[in-house]
Amino acid sequence: MVTIYERKPHERKLSLSRRELLKRGGAGALLIISGSAVISPEHAWGLETSALKPETMATLIQVARDIYPHDQVPDKYYAIAVKGHDETAAKDPAHKELIEKGIADLDKKAGKGGYRGLGWEEQRVALLKEIEKTPFFQAVRGGLVVSLYNQKEVWPIFGYEGESFSKGGYIARGFNDIEWL
Amino acid sequence: MAAQFDLKNDGVVVIIGSGAGGGTLGNELAQKGIDVVILEAGARHEYEDFINDEWDSFTQLAWKDKRTTSGDWRVAKDFPNLPAWIVKSVGGSTTHWAGASLRFQEHEFKTLTTYGKVKGANLLDWPVTLAEMEPYYAKAEAKMGVTGTNNWPRLPGNNNFKVLKAGADKLGYKECHTGNMAINSVERDDRNSCQQTGFCFQGCKWGAKWSTLYTEIPKGEATGHLEVRPNSMAIKINHDASGKVTGVVYADKDGKLQEQKARVVAVAGNSIESPRLLLNSESSKFPRGLANSSGQVGRNYMRHTTGSVYAVFDKPVHMYRGTTMAGIIRDEARHDPSRGFVGGYEMETLSLGLPFMAAFLNPGGWGRSFATALDHYDHMAGLWIVGEDMPREENRITLHKDEKDEHGMPIADVHFDDHPNDTAMRDHAYKQGQALYAAVGATRTFPTPPYPSTHNLGTNRMSEKPADGVVNKHGQTHDIKNLFVSDGSQFTTGGAENPTLTIVSLAIRQADYIAAQMSAKSI
Repeated sequence: MVTIYERKPHERKLSLSRRELLKRGGAGALLIISGSAVISPEHAWGLETSALKPETMATLIQVARDIYPHDQVPDKYYAIAVKGHDETAAKDPAHKELIEKGIADLDKKAGKGGYRGLGWEEQRVALLKEIEKTPFFQAVRGGLVVSLYNQKEVWPIFGYEGESFSKGGYIARGFNDIEWL
Repeated sequence: MAAQFDLKNDGVVVIIGSGAGGGTLGNELAQKGIDVVILEAGARHEYEDFINDEWDSFTQLAWKDKRTTSGDWRVAKDFPNLPAWIVKSVGGSTTHWAGASLRFQEHEFKTLTTYGKVKGANLLDWPVTLAEMEPYYAKAEAKMGVTGTNNWPRLPGNNNFKVLKAGADKLGYKECHTGNMAINSVERDDRNSCQQTGFCFQGCKWGAKWSTLYTEIPKGEATGHLEVRPNSMAIKINHDASGKVTGVVYADKDGKLQEQKARVVAVAGNSIESPRLLLNSESSKFPRGLANSSGQVGRNYMRHTTGSVYAVFDKPVHMYRGTTMAGIIRDEARHDPSRGFVGGYEMETLSLGLPFMAAFLNPGGWGRSFATALDHYDHMAGLWIVGEDMPREENRITLHKDEKDEHGMPIADVHFDDHPNDTAMRDHAYKQGQALYAAVGATRTFPTPPYPSTHNLGTNRMSEKPADGVVNKHGQTHDIKNLFVSDGSQFTTGGAENPTLTIVSLAIRQADYIAAQMSAKSI
C-alpha cells in the first residue's frame, strides 16, 4: 500500500524531510505529491507533470501497476511508463480530459479515500474490471504494453538480455547451456 | 555494377517487390542477360543497419501502412489494422523470415484428390506435382544454403530446442531435429555462419540467414542487368488495346508518379499487395481488375493455421538465446483424418523477446494471470504451430470502399474466417504442444493465439483451368501473357510448410519459363 502525503500547489518546495516522513509513519514505498510533481524520496526519483494533475499521475501509476502487477518492478518504471499521457495531454485537450475524467471516475467509484485509498489490489482490480471496455482503460492498458515492457532498464528484472550482436551473439555465451533436462 | 534503366525502356522486365519471389526472379533473369527493374516500395537497409531490438526493428522494416480487417479471426480483434507482419524494405520479408526451408509433401500438391471435397473449402489440386518441383527445390536449397541438404550440417540446438526435443522424445515423436534452415551452419557464399544471436526476425546482422537483400540482389546487380529502385510504390499496371501490359505506374521517393515501361511485368508484392495492385489496375477493358476473368483475384486468402504454445518451468531456459526457429517436430505434418481434420501441421521452436511477448502472449490480457506469466520470462520455452489452412472463396483481399493511402490508392481490407478444419487442427496442436511441455515438467502452459500473419498465401492462385484461378503452372496469368505473379499468392493451397522455399523454387522455375518465352518472342 502506498502512502501519499499531499501538499497544496502554493507550497512551492517539498519541505518534508526524509526524517519527518518516516516519523509520520511512512515506512516503505512513499509517493509524495508536491506542487506539480510526484516524488519518491525513498528511491530518489520524481516526476514533474505539465498538464495532468500530479494526483492524477500518482493514481495513474497505481492503475498501471494494477494492470500489469510485477512485484519486483519498482514504481519508478511504472511512472516512466505512464508519463507519456502527461505529454500527450499537454498537446491534446481531449486526451487530458480522457485521463482526468477516467481517474476521477475511478476515485468516485472507490468512494471516500479514492482509488489509491483502497488497500487491496483485488478491490482496485474489481473497479478496473468494471471499466475495462472504456476508451480510458484501453488507452492506458494499450500504451503500457509498449511503454512498460519496452524499457531496457526493466529487461534484466525479467531475465531478458536484449541486444546480443555486439557481444558476438550467444555462440560462446550459453545458447545451449541448459542443464536440468 | 548495378544497371540504371530509362523509364521509357520498354524492353525490361519489371518486377514489383524484392523479396523471396521478386528478388530471386530478378537475379535469375539478370544471370540470363535479361534486363530487369525491381520496384520496391520500401527503403534499402543493408544488414549492418539491422537493429537487435524488437520495436525499433519493427519501425525500421515492417509494412505498417494501414489495412483494415474483417471476419471472425482473432487477429481482426487484436490487431484490426495490422493483419500481417511482413516487410517493406529491400529484401522484403526475407529480411524478417526465420529461415525454415521445407519442401511440400507430395499430397499437398493434390489436396482435392487426397482430401476429397471439404465443405466450405475451395480445395484444388496444384497444376504442378512434387516430381516436377523437385529439381527446383534442389536448386533453391543449394542457392540458399539449407542445412541438412547438400551435406551442410544442421545447426546446433539451442536451449529452446533442447526442451522441445526432450518433450518430443517423451511423447514418442520420431522426427525432431534443428530443421532445414536457410541459415549458414558453416561459412559459405561469402557469408558468415550463424552466431546464435537470436533476433532472426529483426534481420540477421551477420548475414548468415539467406535474404535476397545480400544474396540475389547484389549478385543480380553485378551482372549489369538488374536495377533495384527502392521507395517505389507500384500503384497501377497499364495495358494496351490488345490487353498486353505495357508498364507500371509507381510513386517515387518524393511521392511523384512515374511510369516504367515494360515488356513483361511480374507481381511479387506478397499476398495482400499483389491482388490489391491487380484489382486497382481495373480499366474499361478489365473492369474487375487485371487477370481477373475468373473472379479469383484476392480470393482464397490463406495464412496458415497458426498459434503458439509457451510453457513455464521451475528452472531457467533462456529460450531467446540462439537461432529462433532451429527446431522442428514433423510427425504431425502427415495427412491423417483420424485426428479430426485434413492436412497436417509442423511444430517449430519460437521465441519472442520480452517486448513482443508482452504484446503477443495474450493480446488484451492484463492482471496477475498475465503478469505472472511474464515474471517467468527466462523460465519459458515456446513453439509455433504452422499447419495447412483451408482456402475459402470468401476469405479475401478487397479494395477498401472509402479509405485511401497517401498516393490515393484504396487500402486493402483483409477478410478471414477460420474454417472448422483450421480450428480443429489448432486445438489438436495446442493439446499436443501443452502435453509436450507438461511431459518435461512445465508448471504452466499458454495456448497463445495467432500473431498477425507472416505466411500470406493464395490470393492469385495457380490452376489448370482459367476458370478456377488466376495463373497457370508457371505463374503466368491466364488472361494476359506478359503478366506474371511470382510470390506466395500463386499457391493453390498452403501445405503445412513454411512457404519461402517453395516461393524461391517457383521463381527459379518461372525465370526459365520467362526467358524461354522471351527468346521465342511469344512475350
